[in-house]
Amino acid sequence: MSANPFLEVNNLNVVFHTKSASGMFNKEHNHAVKNVSFSVYEGEVLSLVGESGCGKTTIGRVITHLEHAGTGEIIYAGQNILTMSDTRFRPLRKQIQMIFQDPYASLNPRLTVEKTLSEPLFIHKLVKNRSDARTKIAAMLNEVGLNAEAMDRYPHEFSGGQRQRIGIARVMMVQPRLIIADEAVSALDVSIQAQVLNLLKQLQRSSGVAMLFISHDLAVVRHISDRIAVMYQGEIVELNETRQIFEQPQHEYTQRLLSSIPVIPSRKNIEPTLSSNGGML
Amino acid sequence: MSKAEALLRVENLNIAILENKQLQPVVRGISFDLHTGETLGIVGESGSGKSLTALAIMGLLTGTPIRITGGHIWFKGEDLLQQSKAQRRALMGNAMAMIFQEPMTSLNPVYRIGDQIIETIKQHQNINANGARKRALELLDMVKIPDATHRIDHYPHQLSGGQRQRVMIAMALACDPDLLIADEPTTALDVTVQKEILELMAELQRTTGTAIILISHDLGVITQTCDSVAVMYCGKIVESSSTKNLFDRLGHPYTRGLINSIPPLDNDIEWLNAIPGQVPALNALPTGCPFQPRCYHAQDQCNQAPPLTLIDDEHKVRCHFAVQLQSSDS
Repeated sequence: MSANPFLEVNNLNVVFHTKSASGMFNKEHNHAVKNVSFSVYEGEVLSLVGESGCGKTTIGRVITHLEHAGTGEIIYAGQNILTMSDTRFRPLRKQIQMIFQDPYASLNPRLTVEKTLSEPLFIHKLVKNRSDARTKIAAMLNEVGLNAEAMDRYPHEFSGGQRQRIGIARVMMVQPRLIIADEAVSALDVSIQAQVLNLLKQLQRSSGVAMLFISHDLAVVRHISDRIAVMYQGEIVELNETRQIFEQPQHEYTQRLLSSIPVIPSRKNIEPTLSSNGGML
Repeated sequence: MSKAEALLRVENLNIAILENKQLQPVVRGISFDLHTGETLGIVGESGSGKSLTALAIMGLLTGTPIRITGGHIWFKGEDLLQQSKAQRRALMGNAMAMIFQEPMTSLNPVYRIGDQIIETIKQHQNINANGARKRALELLDMVKIPDATHRIDHYPHQLSGGQRQRVMIAMALACDPDLLIADEPTTALDVTVQKEILELMAELQRTTGTAIILISHDLGVITQTCDSVAVMYCGKIVESSSTKNLFDRLGHPYTRGLINSIPPLDNDIEWLNAIPGQVPALNALPTGCPFQPRCYHAQDQCNQAPPLTLIDDEHKVRCHFAVQLQSSDS
């Protein structure tokens, strides 16, 4: 982890106004994110962890301009992207990419994998022609543990884990500088989740991309993060190195969260140790 | 323990899905016993057949393309599969009850929660409206809904996810069931709420003596709440044991893989020992052991269906190498 933050969130506040259930003209205010500040450094994985409604997803969506709300600052490459127009933000989309939770909903069912993966390449002018694109896509599919033949198939032909690999390939295609992964492995079965987690960690290490990893699952977060920010009711209540959070949690809420996780008693690493891509198909 | 003693005995249960006029087996000959006051955990990944087993016991498969193609389900000495629809209906919500994963969709959004509990009570008990309401209030108190006299007239949307699941539990306990089936009861809940709900279920079990089947994909949840565990893979129970013995002497390579797939909370490890590959499709199951294409220990003989091996008291493993794996550990 180097010392330059390249994403700085300063005093971010997000308030949503919703219609009240009690009357047509009453509005309710939902202060989803309260005075949140943090930095993401080059090459690090910072996790936002917390329970539903704590504001972790909102932060990710505001950074990627999927949500236009909030006051404060989000400084990326010297510019405040919070106040930036979508048009000016567009060139930055290549650098800030998002992996979503639901591998079933986040791929267009009517596009082949090739079409899905080549779209960002053409939009960001990273390839000249289709054969160029196919070469790149084949290499990337291989990197995420899929066959190059997957290119000509449609999302419904793949399992949840394979779809999430395609989603990861789509993000990695454009060589982003920051990945925002919002519950990227939460929808997957335990054994598949482990494969995808290994893959994400491996790609993160080899490319040096920084990652904002949003999750409710503390075990997963411990495995992948350098630092962890614990959120509760819109605020960051504790931010520290991963080991510190687990071994010496300071905030009462962090302690409660940790003590709530049902743990498995003994665990022995009995199976043969795998290569770095751990059990990838 | 004898057949007469077990509250529930599932014997060689087979379930298949009707697809393109063909029966595709999904649950393939599973057997287990459950006694009063016990909690059995069934753990497995999606498609392992754990939920279908629960639905079959409850009698909720009628009207679906899913068929029970063989076996017996003995409940209090009676074979449920020989009973009429009316007999099964009389049991449902009465002697056996079920809690589902998603508390929002399993409550009717347009009825007050109290009325939904009262409906269950009146269905099975000869009781007047006042008595039923009083009982509903008692139940809401029992599941620790604060301010129950007020909350009883609330609609589901006015409650949090955890409170809705408490209402579901209240409804399930309305007629003092002998058997409670909970299918992923805390999966949709936050971890702090999950803890509360699991504690509530354990406490209620101590006072009522209800037998519980807890279905979950989360080995941690199973470990903390269950007396015994059955691990399912591709429609078969590949390992069953008391919870304590399961972790003391891990038997099946799939169970080991499942445990290794969960990142440890108390230790840093570089890479997870993930199980390679994926669960085979139902119509492309391998011959012999269903886990062999993903297993590190697979050999030629795994093409033959593995026998049920007893590795210690009541700890059964369906693997050719169950005993060898034990000795290689120590």
